[in-house]
Amino acid sequence: MNPATNAAERVIELVGDRAEAEAFVQIGRTELTRFANSFIHQNVGEDYVNVRVRVASEARVAAVTGNHADDEALAALVDDALTVAATQPVDPDWPGVAPAMDLAPTDFAAPSTVEATPGQRAEVVSDFVEAGSGYLAAGYCDTDWFDSGFANSAGHVASSRGSRATIDGIHQTGESAGSGHQTSTAMESLDGVATGSLAGDRARRGLNAFDLTPDEYEVVLGPEAVATIAIFLGFYGFNGKAHNEAQSFAELGAVQFDERITLVDDPLGEAALASPFDVEGTPKLHHVLVDGGVTEMLVHDRRSAKKAGVETTGHGWSGSASHGPMATHLVVNPGSDSIDEMIAAVDRGVYVAAFNYCRILDPKTQVVTGLTRNGTFMIENGAITGAVTNLRFTQSFLNAWGPGNVLAVGDDLRYADCDFGAGLVRAPSMRLTSWNFTGGAGG
Amino acid sequence: MFDHAATAVEAALEAGAVYADARYLEARSETIEVFNGSVRQLDRIESAGVGVRALLGSSWGFFGTHDLSSRGLRAAGHRAAEIAEASAAVPGDPFQLADVSVVEAEYETPHEESLFEVPLSEKVDLLIAVTSALQEVDEISLARASLGGWDTHKWFVSSQGHRIHQHLVETGGGFDATVVGDDETQVRSYPQSFGQYETGGFEVVRRWDFLANASRIADEAAALKSAPQCPQGEMTLILESSQLALQIHESVGHAIELDRILGWEAAFAGTSHLQLERLGEHRYGSDLMNITADATLPGALGTFGFDDEGTPAQRVPIVDQGIWVGVLSGRDSAALAGIPPGGMVRADGYARLPMVRMTNVGLSPGDSSLEEMIAETQRGVLMSTNRSWSIDDRRLNFQFGCQIGWEIENGVLGRMVKNPTYTGITPNFWAQLDMLAAEPEWVHWGTPNCGKGQPMQVAHTGHSASPGRFAEVRVGVKG
Repeated sequence: MNPATNAAERVIELVGDRAEAEAFVQIGRTELTRFANSFIHQNVGEDYVNVRVRVASEARVAAVTGNHADDEALAALVDDALTVAATQPVDPDWPGVAPAMDLAPTDFAAPSTVEATPGQRAEVVSDFVEAGSGYLAAGYCDTDWFDSGFANSAGHVASSRGSRATIDGIHQTGESAGSGHQTSTAMESLDGVATGSLAGDRARRGLNAFDLTPDEYEVVLGPEAVATIAIFLGFYGFNGKAHNEAQSFAELGAVQFDERITLVDDPLGEAALASPFDVEGTPKLHHVLVDGGVTEMLVHDRRSAKKAGVETTGHGWSGSASHGPMATHLVVNPGSDSIDEMIAAVDRGVYVAAFNYCRILDPKTQVVTGLTRNGTFMIENGAITGAVTNLRFTQSFLNAWGPGNVLAVGDDLRYADCDFGAGLVRAPSMRLTSWNFTGGAGG
Repeated sequence: MFDHAATAVEAALEAGAVYADARYLEARSETIEVFNGSVRQLDRIESAGVGVRALLGSSWGFFGTHDLSSRGLRAAGHRAAEIAEASAAVPGDPFQLADVSVVEAEYETPHEESLFEVPLSEKVDLLIAVTSALQEVDEISLARASLGGWDTHKWFVSSQGHRIHQHLVETGGGFDATVVGDDETQVRSYPQSFGQYETGGFEVVRRWDFLANASRIADEAAALKSAPQCPQGEMTLILESSQLALQIHESVGHAIELDRILGWEAAFAGTSHLQLERLGEHRYGSDLMNITADATLPGALGTFGFDDEGTPAQRVPIVDQGIWVGVLSGRDSAALAGIPPGGMVRADGYARLPMVRMTNVGLSPGDSSLEEMIAETQRGVLMSTNRSWSIDDRRLNFQFGCQIGWEIENGVLGRMVKNPTYTGITPNFWAQLDMLAAEPEWVHWGTPNCGKGQPMQVAHTGHSASPGRFAEVRVGVKG
């Protein structure tokens, strides 16, 4: 057992028979090396402890979080949680804690991430910067490793270790910018040269951009843009709480997407940033949310599952009581087309590397507004013919992936940064029939 | 308590830092949310730790630790310097820090009634009563009410001799009513989206009188379901004050952050359309536009005694009669720009590096009124309460959605409209500001969820605004 699990079990001991209880503990180190104007300007780190205790005394529920795992601090946390819970009205939707089950401890952490030094991160940054051939570089390289531990009053205990490392950045020419991104469990696999070269190439090709008249265009989206669509659909649509409240578009068993769309939540696959259980101790499994265009399932925590009359899928998180359960290991299944093949098939359209600052206008229709960023290009007669200044769009993500609207899915699956952050979605490039651009740089 | 911070600072200096500072924080927060009459969330978070910042050459090194033993604090100081030293592999020009007075000081947010001393039962009962009132309107399927706050003690020590203790108190809350239709959801919030937060105690919640406003908000939400869509086209736009506050936040507040202007945030938050060499001559908007960054405003959410570099809170002119005259800065960025530091560097908790953040970036009131603006508008839309917000990485191209709007025809407020949106380009939009309400309608709105930085930090900022009118704005953007 790791120290986090020991602390979680100690919390349950301290609660004793005074209440139902669960404890989720993470102990780890995160460090981030940030660069701008082609030099490292902010270089930070943190040793962290996060102890979340939730108690239910005759269905009177309270949660308390602290950042110390010593016995005295845990005892104070438990006392506070019990005191607060005692003042509460009965929660009619309290689902109880997870039952005891066998769940073997896991270790998915990469040693190269756990042992990463500031010097090693600086090397990756240096590679990224130098790959830009003199352009101004900005971005970050970070490493994060953590022990997770869970225990509850039903006797359920879970334990794991995980890690993540990312290089993410842009190169800027003064009038254009291009991005590159790589996320892995292992620091040793980060390739600053490759990501920096991609960013530099996009920036170079972005020179002499023109203002494209806003309209509907066929598009080829890079993995970052596709990942943003996936995370929006996941958070607002496949969210069991949103569905319970009739705020989701999802209709189980209905053909809501193009047949080329298969969307899964895969927390344990070979390339996944593994997370074997959620904050309620429920094991995470491979789930198919959309299979060949058919909406197959929703994600749940214990509360939303109880309301829906189904089993939890292990998607609880600290905010899920308010915001609903969330899939954070999404994979948009790849197709067989190369990015060159997809571009070659477009008579007139737009290539978009990434979206920026996306906000939902309505969760049911999935109409979202946002902008393109770090690489927007005109495609004519099967080839990229020039750069386009950033465009604003107002587009239903649901319609964008609707039946008949996905022309091709790329073979370039990888972790892609998205509007919710890094490490949440693996996505390939994708070719879509239409995208509604509603404004350009000039308004 | 200063000893924790001092130990970390000493260790950073021993390890080679040319300057170091540290903050020891004891922080607690409470959030209560009630959905449809049941407590959905009652969370308390408590933390204590030290963040130490070390300057070597061209980079800050920073480390945060929860380990408050002498050994742990010394290790954090050493680690901060070690991290800064590693930055030399990709070096820039050495940083300078602008001079500030070295002070020993105390500051406490004026407040009457601590959130944490109000009985939980009273707070929960209030929220349950609010959601019950909302649900008296049949169409309301989701009634949510929340309140909460932060209580933070900071002890700041620098290698230059600062010793500052602050006790910051922030409190607020709000509620919303949601109507779900076949192909749409409509929501109304009070006092604004995400609630209203201010510096102060539970008196903030009492003053906004949630219960007295619940039935009006529920009625409006229900009416939105059958309301016509917002008209499309270019027309006069009137923004109520909380939406104008967010407009200020997004299209002015972030654009004037000196770290963005200098390119330090280019990869994530973005840069700015402003060029430093045009400070003092660039026209940002019409003559009615007067913006200040004022960290001394009583009660406003971005008010404090000293920033997280030990610089005193101050009032800085940003836009004077439409001309851009000021920026948000810290000691490092101000030195680069050759200006006095603005005292605007803050961190999200002990474990984050302090960075340039908005204080209270507000638009000074004009001499009109909402009533007068409507009366003088031939064709337009009045929009209220933010629903969505999006702006590009240079803070130029924005699109906002509001919860509710009303048509204006020939000087008269007409039908309610739903899904109101508007879009524009920052300097063009502000140039069209032609009427602004006076002080009686001026509100210190709070934004408790401003994200910036990597790792992500969330700041609490303030934005004073009164209703404003803008000519020839594109409204009714559809997906």
